[in-house]
Amino acid sequence: MSAVSLAVSGSQPGFLRRAAVGRTLPILIVLSAIILIWYAFTVYLNAPWQIDAYQRAGSEWTAADLVGDTMAQERPVLPAPHQVMAEIWKTTIGTRITSKRSLIYHAWITLSSTLLGFVIGTALGVLLAIGIVHNRAMDKSVMPWVIASQTIPILAIAPMIIVVLNAIGLSGLLPKALISTYLSFFPVVVGMVKGFRSPEVIQLDLMRTYNASGTQTFWKLRWPAALPYLFTSMKVAVAIALVGAIVGELPTGAVSGLGARLLAGSYYGQTVQIWSALFMAAALAAVLVGIIGIGQRIVMARMGTREGERS
Amino acid sequence: MNANPAIRQEASQEASSKASGETVVEARGLGLTFETNDGPVQALSNVDLVIGKGEFVSFIGPSGCGKTTFLRVIADLEQPTEGDIRVNGMTPAEARRKRAYGYVFQAAGLFPWRTIEQNVALPLEIMGYSRAEQKERVFRTLDLVNLAGFEKKFPWQLSGGMQQRASIARALAFDADLLLMDEPFGALDEIVRDHLNEQLLDLWARTGKTIGFVTHSIPEAVYLSTRIIVMSPRPGRVTDVIESPLPRERPLDIRETPEFLQIAHRVREGLRAGHSDD
Repeated sequence: MSAVSLAVSGSQPGFLRRAAVGRTLPILIVLSAIILIWYAFTVYLNAPWQIDAYQRAGSEWTAADLVGDTMAQERPVLPAPHQVMAEIWKTTIGTRITSKRSLIYHAWITLSSTLLGFVIGTALGVLLAIGIVHNRAMDKSVMPWVIASQTIPILAIAPMIIVVLNAIGLSGLLPKALISTYLSFFPVVVGMVKGFRSPEVIQLDLMRTYNASGTQTFWKLRWPAALPYLFTSMKVAVAIALVGAIVGELPTGAVSGLGARLLAGSYYGQTVQIWSALFMAAALAAVLVGIIGIGQRIVMARMGTREGERS
Repeated sequence: MNANPAIRQEASQEASSKASGETVVEARGLGLTFETNDGPVQALSNVDLVIGKGEFVSFIGPSGCGKTTFLRVIADLEQPTEGDIRVNGMTPAEARRKRAYGYVFQAAGLFPWRTIEQNVALPLEIMGYSRAEQKERVFRTLDLVNLAGFEKKFPWQLSGGMQQRASIARALAFDADLLLMDEPFGALDEIVRDHLNEQLLDLWARTGKTIGFVTHSIPEAVYLSTRIIVMSPRPGRVTDVIESPLPRERPLDIRETPEFLQIAHRVREGLRAGHSDD
């Protein structure tokens, strides 16, 4: 590391140097290692089919042919990274957004139910946590159910939610969003119960000596004390809300959304399509978590949090 | 422990003499028993005490002697199981609802997300003071504890001593005549402590508040108080009450005088007597 930065600082200061000292270089190294391993597996996993094809055609082939052809199959077992990137490029930049073939269109469908589910889930989680912290009966009775709810596989409960809600006349965005809600309220409840209980005893005693009402104690002490916990929980919640939205599209016969795209891809052996949908989902999750992280930084800075204490 | 009845008599005599002046706290046969898993623990037993207006009363004793518990009973943070206690002639609960006292805890307990001025304004916001009044009072009390200029700082930007001063300002910001302080300088080093003790006396002289002060430092108790209550544990009780003959005006070097050392000696004896029976 020091040898690298020395060599770099001698010749080219600026970007390379910053990259070497900061986090960029380690990230780049890990990324290139992953891509390399991926390419190796692409050749290894796609070779049997390719060799079979050569033999059926009766053609001569070299190792170089094999490597080249395994990375250019139409339905590979494992598509090469550049194939996936090309597919993503074609279906995002290269296609009209309104088209059913646009990955952006499908991502938006999934995103809309993710966001709706996340907002409902966060609100529900916060409300439940308020109840649990302020009410002994709720503390004893609700928490076990909250935990039990997460032990049921979402794949089992998703179709039932869709069917039941359909029966009472609800269809479209909301049922899918509720599956996201079902997953995302959980980390918020757990985090916020901990957050609302994070004030020290002397801070609570202090509010009592002021004869502060329950509402005042909540807004002036418990809520601000819980805010760091809220952001941390929301980061987890938004990521699993996305998982919920995708999973919600799988067993319900949805025709649009990243989940539907995954399902269609697997029906027709379109592995490139599956992988590009997966990457889109990952990028979406990263952006969502990133946005919450920015919000967290702004709020924490306004609350005077010391540098380095952020989670 | 045969000295105890005599002391109690002394205390009750005092009580009657103080009753002529204004009484702030009056405890009669006060007892408090905590129910724990290891059986009942008697934190306070048969405490008779009167605190008059403008007094500076220190409670000193080893841990478990009930000094903090007694302060918390005055503040309605604990409920006594025996006897009777009045704060400004009311029950502690009524007094608390009337915001009769300011309480300073062992730790500053400032809210980390509020600046110093917002922390001092906290009780004022809760008690519904107007914006202008809040501002005026925050300015005045921060000046009183020599923290002018630190209004916009967050607690972590201040030293431990400054944080504790901010918490005293917070307790002074509203008009409570009684200031209850539970080992407020216990976590601070000797030099800072001396400095804050001096400032506290100055503040007491300027505001004329009644102060109840818990400590386990003998010099601190003797230096600050007009009256020292020596307590001992198991059960928590009052073993000696010492009226200080020291003048109200007290420079730090008063601690070298024979009078001072004499009182300190008596406090030490009282503490030792409390310890001898276990």
